[in-house]
Order: sequence, then C-alpha cells, then structure tokens
Amino acid sequence: MKVLVPVKRVIDYNVKPRVKMDGSGVDLANVKMSMNPFDEIAVEEAIRLKEKGVATEIVAVSIGEAKAQETLRTALAMGADRAILIVSETEVEPLGVAKLLAKVVAEEAPGLVILGKQAIDDDSNQTGQMLAALTGRPQGTFASKVEVEGDTVKVTREVDGGLETVSLKTPAIITTDLRLNEPRYASLPNIMKAKSKPLAQKTPADYGVDVTPRLKTLKVSEPPKRQAGIKVADVDELAAKLKALGVAA
Amino acid sequence: MIGAQDQSYPEIREAVRRLCADFPGDYWQRLDRDRAYPTEFVRALTEAGFLSVLIPEAYGGSGLGLQAATAVLEEIHRSGCNGGACHAQMYTMGTVLKHGSPVQKQKYLPKVASGEIRLQAFGVTEPTAGTDTTRIRTFAKRVGDTYVVNGQKIWISRAEHSDLMVLLCRTTPREECAKPSDGMSVLLVDMREAVGKGLTIRPIRTMLNHATTELFFDDLEVPAENLVGEEGKGFRYILSGMNAERVLIASECIGDGRFFIDRAAAYAKDRSVFGRPIAENQGVQFPIARAHVQLSAAAEMVDKAARMFDEGLPCGTEANMAKMLASEASWYAADMCVQTHGGFGFAEEYDIERKFRETRLYQVAPISTNLILSHVATHVLGLPKSF
Ligand SMILES: Cc1cc2nc3c(=O)[nH]c(=O)nc-3n(C[C@H](O)[C@H](O)[C@H](O)COP(=O)(O)OP(=O)(O)OC[C@H]3O[C@@H](n4cnc5c(N)ncnc54)[C@H](O)[C@@H]3O)c2cc1C
Repeated sequence: MKVLVPVKRVIDYNVKPRVKMDGSGVDLANVKMSMNPFDEIAVEEAIRLKEKGVATEIVAVSIGEAKAQETLRTALAMGADRAILIVSETEVEPLGVAKLLAKVVAEEAPGLVILGKQAIDDDSNQTGQMLAALTGRPQGTFASKVEVEGDTVKVTREVDGGLETVSLKTPAIITTDLRLNEPRYASLPNIMKAKSKPLAQKTPADYGVDVTPRLKTLKVSEPPKRQAGIKVADVDELAAKLKALGVAA
Repeated sequence: MIGAQDQSYPEIREAVRRLCADFPGDYWQRLDRDRAYPTEFVRALTEAGFLSVLIPEAYGGSGLGLQAATAVLEEIHRSGCNGGACHAQMYTMGTVLKHGSPVQKQKYLPKVASGEIRLQAFGVTEPTAGTDTTRIRTFAKRVGDTYVVNGQKIWISRAEHSDLMVLLCRTTPREECAKPSDGMSVLLVDMREAVGKGLTIRPIRTMLNHATTELFFDDLEVPAENLVGEEGKGFRYILSGMNAERVLIASECIGDGRFFIDRAAAYAKDRSVFGRPIAENQGVQFPIARAHVQLSAAAEMVDKAARMFDEGLPCGTEANMAKMLASEASWYAADMCVQTHGGFGFAEEYDIERKFRETRLYQVAPISTNLILSHVATHVLGLPKSF
C-alpha cells in the first residue's frame, strides 16, 4: 500500500511570530521555518506503517514556495521514498490545497493519505476534511492511534469527551493529533541518502487547478501584551487583593 | 534570525537544530545545577548518527569530513546546547583509525560508530607537567604480555562516561630518550575493566558542567595488544588527533558566539527602557555588531583549517589560529551578551550566564592561548624559542 503524506513549510514553532508593520500578515523575512509539527507526526506514522510491512512506499507532497523543497528533504531524510513539490509563490488556501491533493491522489492512488490535523501557522484545520469530501473517501480525523488490518483501518480519535474509535475502509484519509507518536530525528546517514531521492517539481497549472485566493485578509494584529503581575507574600494578602479586585467576596 | 544562507551543509544543520529544539534551556539548567551528564541528549545524537560523522562508511560511520563535523557542533552550540559531553566521541577514535592495527580497527570502530562503545576520554594532562607534555610521568612498564601503569592524570573529561580511554604515558624515561618527545606511547584502556583494579576516577567540581575528573593509576594492568602503533611514538600519534580536536572546539566557539549574538540582538529589540527599545542606542548596537564582525572573521579561519584538514594538508598552525580566534570571539560575544541583558544576563533562566561560563573554557583547554602564540612566534615567524 502506498501512503501519501502532505507536508507544509511553516514558521518554526519555537519562533515568536511578529506582525508586519502594515498589519498585512506575519513577518516571515529571515525567520526560521520548519515542517509543520503535525505533519512530522504524519510522516512518522507512515514510516512506522512501512516498518511494520503495511506500507510499501511513502510519497511526501508539499504545496508552497520553492523553499518548501527543504521541508520535503526533511521528510525524505526521515524516511519518505520520494517527493512531489507543487510550487506556488502565492499563498494557497486550504480549498486550493485540497483540490491539488485530490489530483495527486487520483494520480498516485494511495491506500492512505495521512495529513496533520492543522498547520500551526493559520490553524485552519480544513484540508484533510475537504480532501475527504473531494475524493469521496472516508476520514478519521484527530488520530491518536492508527491500526491497519487488511483493507480496513481503525482510527482512535481524540474528541472532547474522550476517545472514539472508528473503522474506515481503505483508501482513506487520516489526520494526526499530537499524541499519535513521537517523530524520530532525521539521522545523518539518511540525510545524506535523501539528497539523491527523487523530488518532482510541478505547478498548480500542471494539475489544472486554479488556486487564486478566495479570501482577503483584512488585518493581522498581535495579541494584547500580558501585563506584569504582582507578587503576594502569603494567602492572606492574596485573598485581600482578590477582594479588592472584586473577584472574590 | 538565521544568518548567512550560504552556510555549509544546510540539511545537516537543519536536522541538528531540530534535534536540539527538544533539549531547551531548562533541560541544561537542571543538569547544570546537579552537575549531571546529559544522557538523553547524547543518546539522541548517537542514535541519529551525528557522532559517527567522521568514521569511514566501511566501519559504520558516515565517512564525512571535518567540515561536516564542524557544522554539527556549531549548530549544537548555537542552539544553546553543549557538545562538550560527547564531542570527543567524534574525534578520539582518530588515533585508532590512523595508527591502530587492522585488528584494533575492526574490534573497536564499528562499535564506536554505533555508540555501543564510548571512546571519548583522552588522557594527556598531568598535574605536574601541565602544558609541557613531554614531562608527563605516568609510566607504563612492559611485563610479559601486559603494561603495568602507574601515575596520575588531571582534567580528564568524560572518564566516567567512556568505555575506552586513549592514554598517553611514558614507556621510556625522558632522560633516556634522544628527544624529549620520544619514549611516550598510546594505550587503549578499557575503563569497564580498569576501574577498581588499579584505576581510580575522582570527579572534579568546576565552574561548568563538564564531567571532568582526576585519574589515579596504581599498578593498572593493560594488555600489550592495546598498544596503539609502535611503542615510543605516541606523542606524534596524539598530535595529529589534536588538530581535529582544535578545529572542532573552534566550531563550538563559533556556535556559542552565534548564540550570544542571536540572543543579544533579539533581547535588544525587545527590551524597552527610556520609552524605546535599547537596540536603538548605538552604544548597545555596536558591541553586538563588533561581536558579529569578529566572529565572522574567526569562522572563516575555522572553515579554512577544516578544509585543509579534509584535504590532508598540514594544518597545525591553522587549527591553532582558528581555535584562538574563535575562543576569543566567542568570549567577547559572551561578555557583550551579558552586558546587553543587564541584570537579566545573570538570571539562570536566560541561559546567558551558563553559556558564558561554558565558553570561557576554550581559551584554556584543549590548549591555552599563550601556547598558541608561542607556536606561531617560534614555528611560523622564526622567533627564538623561550622554552
Ligand atoms: C574543564 C577542562 C577539561 C579538560 N579536559 C581534558 C581532557 O579531557 N584531557 C586532557 O588531557 N586534558 C584536559 N584538560 C586540560 C587542559 O588541556 C589543560 O588545562 C590546558 O592544556 C592547560 O594546561 P594546565 O592547566 O596544566 O596549565 P599550565 O600549563 O599550568 O599553564 C597555566 C597558564 O600558564 C601559561 N603558560 C604556561 N607555560 C607558558 C609559557 N612557557 N609561556 C607563556 N605562558 C605559559 C598557560 O598558557 C596558562 O595560561 C581539561 C581542562 C579543563 C579545565
């Protein structure tokens, strides 16, 4: 079974984002970028399926600027077999991404598509679900456990009330949650091998998909600054302060 | 800030940064407080193959050069981590690789590559000899099939976290040798067998968390087959390994320097005093800029020395100069970074004071600045010898 893993290049999770002066978006100039952490988990899950003999080939795909190549090389260094980069220097919205992925799915016919549940830059949490709708495939979102048995895949989902287990017929779409696994580090030998793994370059036009944005960003602003707190000496002083603030009687 | 885009080995750097992100400041602060060994960090680096970068592929390593190894150590240090706990696993094996017998190489190198054997203790320095290595007194006397070792070493790092140690000792008294540098030999000491049977390890508490120790040898028996190369030629063998060590330590200084500059620049932009970011004052900017200028120059020298090493050229002078420039540039950057942070530079949670203490070491070890200047004065410029 082939596994397709879409990965996105996003601002690194350790970087404190800064909004551009004109409020048009987050300033990404000279900022460290990395693979979306949920996508790392997706790549890891695909590799584990391959190590178990369930998956036979892992194809990583990214939609984004040419530099997303680095992100794909990271996926290859972790253990993906080959990669596809669909270059778009303008931002592609979740629907555009889902449409492109649907085309890739039609071409590659993967048994499973494993995506991150959301990207940490725009937190949309839409692509996996839209892809399931466009391809008519069953979806198991927010996965914290994935078990493949024959042509079904059991997905344990993290839902508000606890855990829910669903059984899907493959081919299927899965989106990963934080607790699914702990991604491995790319090893030095694999980093060197990844340099010679195939990476195909495409454009949205190659797939006949129009990715013109449909949404307009009006304004991006930083969250309000947290005010400095005060230190209290003991519980009595704390209670007094809370009373004074009107939060305790 | 990522800095120069044309840096070597971008994919290796990226992967090292990713690994280091899982070992943030509070991890190192905790270890520092307890003077504990970063076991998890070292395991992660080992498993990902970053410590076997220099070991040839035939023995299970990656077979890359010193330039790749400098990229690894620089990124470790730039991330706020510290490679001191394990950098010697990269290069100590060089003595076995270059001068060991085929049997020794087969026996040890694959296991050093996999991390099953830790070969990261290097025993040279002695309390009475100091930098004057030819005056070491630890003596290995050949008795049948064994060497019987007596003596003392000091500042031997990672001895408690190493399975094998490369030990330099005298096998002929200095007075009986044609040259002072003759009559020394390299033995591979199996620490797992030696401790308690003639070897005592005593940790030394220092101003930084470096797992450094004092060693006492009291009739320690080492099998004669553990002699590396020929008896009496040990000094020459360790000299060649020292070039690699100096270049790698220099790359750690470059990483430290970049850490200080990254942190200082970010803090200066963020910290508002007198109603504006302190970075708007040239009095704050210029020391940061100067640190960057000095570090960039030092980094060029480190790259040059690494390239020469990889090309098999004699590079003792370049390795020494790179280490000196890099250790001074990182120290200037450290001092600048504390100053930029004001009082916060002293707070443990900022990691500045820890890195400040850590980077100070490199002007003293593995060789002190004066000895480098003395080398350049006498060997490069032909000035009279003073000792
Ligand atoms: C944390 C730490 C870890 C270490 N790890 C190891 C290790 O793993 N293995 C190992 O073998 N060693 C190790 N060392 C030892 C280190 O290499 C030595 O400390 C260093 O080479 C300096 O030697 P010394 O301490 O004997 O200083 P000394 O030789 O006593 O020198 C003291 C000072 O005098 C100066 N000086 C000496 N002679 C001259 C001269 N003729 N002209 C001008 N100046 C001179 C020196 O530059 C130095 O500043 C470590 C040291 C430290 C602090």
